[in-house]
Amino acid sequence: MLRFVARRLLQLIPILLGLSVLLFAWVRALPGGPAQALLGEKATPAAIEQIEAQLGLDRPLWEQYVQFLGRAVRLDFGASLQTGRPVLEEMARRFPATIELAIAALVIAVAVGIPLGYLAARRYGTWLDSVLVSGSLLGVTVPIFFLAYLLKLVFAVQLGWLPTAGRADPRAYAEHPTGFYVLDGIVTGNLPASWDALTHLILPAIALASIPLAVIVRMTRASVLNVLHEDYVRTAEAKGLLAGTVTRRHVLRNSMLPVTTVIGLQMGVLLAGAVLTETVFAFAGVGKFMADGIVARDFPTIQGFILVIAVSYVLINMIVDLLYGLLDPRVRVS
Amino acid sequence: MRVYGKVGRIVALTASVGLLAAATACSGATSTGDGESKTFVFGASDDPKTLDAAYVSDGESFRVIFQIYETLVALKPGTTEVVPSLATDWKVSDDGLTYTFNLVKDVKFHDGEPFDAKAVCYNFDRWYHFKGAQQNGDISYYWQTIFGGFATQDSESAPKTSRYDSCEATEDSVATLHLKQPSSALLSGLVLPAFAIASPKAIEEGGTDLAINGDSIAYTGGFGTKVVAGTGPFKFVSWDRGEKLVLAANETYREGKPALDRIIFRPIADATARMQALQAGEIDAYEGVAAADIQAVKNVGQVVERPAFNVGYVGMNQKVPLLKNHKIREAIAHALNRQALLSAAYPEGAEVANQFLPPSQWGYNNSIKGYEYDPEKAKQLVAESGEKDLKLEFWYPANVSRPYMPNPQAVYESFAADLEKVGFTIVPKTVPWTPDYLQSIQADGKGQLFLLGWSGDYADPDNFVGTFFRETTPQFNLTDPEIQGLLNKGLAETDQAARQKLYEEANQLIFDYIPGVPFVHNRPLLGLGKNVSGYQPSPVSLEYFKLVKIEG
Amino acid sequence: MSIAEEAPPGEPTSPNGVDAVAAEQPPARGLRGEAMRRLLRNPMAMVGFALILVFVAVAVFAPWIAPYSPKDNSWLSQVRPGAYPGPSAEHWLGIDPLGRDVFSRLVHGARQSLLIGVVSLTIGATVGVFLGLLAGAFGGWVDVLVMRLVDIMLSVPGLLFAIAIAALLGQSLTSVMIAIAVVNVPIFARLLRGEMLGQRAADYVLAARSLGISRAGIVFRHVLPNSFTPVIVQGTLTLALAIVEAAGLAFLGLSGSDPSAPEWGRMLTDAQVALTSAPQLALYPGLAIVLAALGFTLVGEALREALDPKLRR
Repeated sequence: MLRFVARRLLQLIPILLGLSVLLFAWVRALPGGPAQALLGEKATPAAIEQIEAQLGLDRPLWEQYVQFLGRAVRLDFGASLQTGRPVLEEMARRFPATIELAIAALVIAVAVGIPLGYLAARRYGTWLDSVLVSGSLLGVTVPIFFLAYLLKLVFAVQLGWLPTAGRADPRAYAEHPTGFYVLDGIVTGNLPASWDALTHLILPAIALASIPLAVIVRMTRASVLNVLHEDYVRTAEAKGLLAGTVTRRHVLRNSMLPVTTVIGLQMGVLLAGAVLTETVFAFAGVGKFMADGIVARDFPTIQGFILVIAVSYVLINMIVDLLYGLLDPRVRVS
Repeated sequence: MRVYGKVGRIVALTASVGLLAAATACSGATSTGDGESKTFVFGASDDPKTLDAAYVSDGESFRVIFQIYETLVALKPGTTEVVPSLATDWKVSDDGLTYTFNLVKDVKFHDGEPFDAKAVCYNFDRWYHFKGAQQNGDISYYWQTIFGGFATQDSESAPKTSRYDSCEATEDSVATLHLKQPSSALLSGLVLPAFAIASPKAIEEGGTDLAINGDSIAYTGGFGTKVVAGTGPFKFVSWDRGEKLVLAANETYREGKPALDRIIFRPIADATARMQALQAGEIDAYEGVAAADIQAVKNVGQVVERPAFNVGYVGMNQKVPLLKNHKIREAIAHALNRQALLSAAYPEGAEVANQFLPPSQWGYNNSIKGYEYDPEKAKQLVAESGEKDLKLEFWYPANVSRPYMPNPQAVYESFAADLEKVGFTIVPKTVPWTPDYLQSIQADGKGQLFLLGWSGDYADPDNFVGTFFRETTPQFNLTDPEIQGLLNKGLAETDQAARQKLYEEANQLIFDYIPGVPFVHNRPLLGLGKNVSGYQPSPVSLEYFKLVKIEG
Repeated sequence: MSIAEEAPPGEPTSPNGVDAVAAEQPPARGLRGEAMRRLLRNPMAMVGFALILVFVAVAVFAPWIAPYSPKDNSWLSQVRPGAYPGPSAEHWLGIDPLGRDVFSRLVHGARQSLLIGVVSLTIGATVGVFLGLLAGAFGGWVDVLVMRLVDIMLSVPGLLFAIAIAALLGQSLTSVMIAIAVVNVPIFARLLRGEMLGQRAADYVLAARSLGISRAGIVFRHVLPNSFTPVIVQGTLTLALAIVEAAGLAFLGLSGSDPSAPEWGRMLTDAQVALTSAPQLALYPGLAIVLAALGFTLVGEALREALDPKLRR
């Protein structure tokens, strides 16, 4: 097991290095170069020269890359052009919000997606199957931000069931020691605050969940269908095991393996989708900060965001692989 | 295969997830109950930059600062008339070089420090001794506008000389300002929140460090971000960036405790989202009601308008050869269907502009008729101009809403279509408002045709036409001795009637020259909840929340 | 944000997670005919074909279908804030807030969407297929190099990757198309390499090799044509994604430089301003995007299923 973990970690290195090269190239290719991107359009030639010297842009390319890597490893992306504060600080403050949202979306996607996918497989070829499959196809073709607007218009504005914007009711009192608002309420013994934060999460989380939900439905369906065709299921049936036992023992457990992988992969989709959803719901997470950064051409922020998301994406995938290994001994052996 | 056993349970699970969501939904709407405490939630478009008044010039920062701090002189609510505030009365010497302010007595800052003449002079001396980055035009904009330079000139862009000489605490409650040069705009200027008097102790203990990195400014000092103390009706409580900024009533405010117990500023960037938040009762007020949303806001509350103290215009850069041709400029003026745009996309109160000065400002020339919308005449003028290559870049700012231009892209699209109809080829150019757009247009003069405008800071024609045309600015590149001569004369003149005549004359010349086509004097709209009263819209966007009441 | 980007770095599953079993064996003519029959019997595929047909026809014949120029704002004087003239005989879908014919804009918008989809797909698929070919044909260090590159590209979520590239290249239709194309490259590269690996050991390749046919000859005459089917399946799905992704980019302000040019994503984004008073203005382009993307997705998924022998009964 340890060797498996070590090998997976080693495999990460070339990916991360490659990613840093890609980002380095991206920063170099920015209009006017990195100094201009840091200084903005007002930069005087003298200021650019000074910054270029400071950043070592007059040195050979490989030396610059090493320097860039050094800063990237320390997560030093410079100051955000929007706020003037270090990108790392800005991201750290907003990251809990996005993680909270992504988890909520994932919970919805899994809790709804797996049963629906299972249902579709079990009713393979019926109208219910067609409806579920078409619905899941629809889920990936509706632009997230459009869905988010519609949800807000109907459930927050017209029906007034849920709040339209933000992470918490501004009038309510709450302390935020961790930055995870739902958790904060529990930690500080302020359950109404947790509840309030939860209501603010629902709509953005549903919008964000649309794509993962659709993918999980179809993945579960395909996977369950595969398992249902496996010999051991037929054997179990032939042995006269009760239908319920077959389901629990074999079908669900075995079909969950590929679904786990997909769930991990969906984290990336969720983090990227947060850029759109958070903007619609004025949800103060990293996604919204990134979207504002695009408008303001805040390159240090875009750069930091991409690196952080990519690294967490790769790490999550690794963890999923490890989990996969735990669930399926065959993987560990190979 | 008959293995349907578990389906029922799974369906039940799905259903219960749905139920949970619904249950959560119902309780969400009831969490606003606040008992007797009166809380006013204002939907802002952004966070303030900092609450150190001397460092900012933007509306969102000013709005909050205006509630916490006070200035020596203030504006009568809803007007541009200067009235006493921290100074009960004042005397100006005949040479205009000495201002003696008698201060209110027995007033304390929020941190318990006494407000006195020493505190006033501490603030003025702090501003005058700004160094290095503090002399950046973005940071101390209003000091530089009203007083000019600093004790030392550290930045090339800072003015060389200063009108300020010294501040003297002649008595505990008498502060005397000595100037090097007289300035007719001084008193009107001192009402700006940028000249708010803060507690010297808070400034010293909080620290006022700045870090500049290109266009971005980091307010690294604690004053204005963590430590905030003025003398105003509301005290700073907390600031959770991106989420909310909280103020509480100052129990010991010298005019008595305000009606509101708390004010919460909630940043929501998008105007439609702010409107929806108002509809849902999450906020009590917001700025920037879109014309299309007026009815929707009225259904749940009220719409109030600010007086039209602004102008939006299509600028024409005289550096561009095509735009040097007067016939072309005239053609453009006649090609733009300004009334149709305003009727379709602006609130009812918006008026077509023909001068770079709002009608309520003295100096406005009532005899100017304006440019008619006449595409045929425009085509004819284009033909007469002899120009063949009719290609023009048309600049507009992206993702911003200005008081005179709630939706710049819509204005651009409408005008571009008008211009293409009479034969121009329009190339769109768009960059973000700050810093790129202002920089490109105002400093670098990159614009050809461009959309821009101005909201008055104080009631003086020089604040409008003087800013645009008194000197040759990169945005217009207009060098016209006659116009510039008149405007300089207007600024130096002290006799009010003579000034008025000079500005009226200048406006006629500007109208004839057509350095740009003014298209709107807008009345910016604010949306208020049903239970809000006492909100007094201000022509210069400085509204006293101490007058606001909230029922129920 | 896609069904096609979930391939995990370093895990050779097919993009959609459904095992690309069909690809592991060279589809014989009979099998392909069988697949075609199943495709034609699938109602979802038929709906998809119909949607695609309408979409492409509208895009191609836009100038003849649209009654007015998409930029003509002659009806501005009929517009009042929040009150936009609805459908009429002259204006089938009414007038937009800037006095233009909504139907004409929608029809012309199909052109832009199809253009973005086709161009980005062509670039992305060509580069991706080429890289995949390189990796599959040469193996060894070329393979390692290409696949590492693919892994790296896949380590950034697709939408984010597109945003980074579009932000870099600035606001233009070209940069949107390039951004979406780049996101597609690794997907096609991995797909084709998988195909090649699967077929390298196939009987007909071994036979060809034993006959002394050159490597290039085998690749171009045999392997490539046989890999075509999965590329087409992926391409169909990619077209759908391109349309949706372009809308997402437009929402973030990354789209063509001319705001008046009718583009669905941009129309949808701009319509948010009037969402309360005129939700239909958002609904039209929104539905157009969904239907066009759904058409390609339905056909792509139906194709995939038709070609999957595991699901055959």
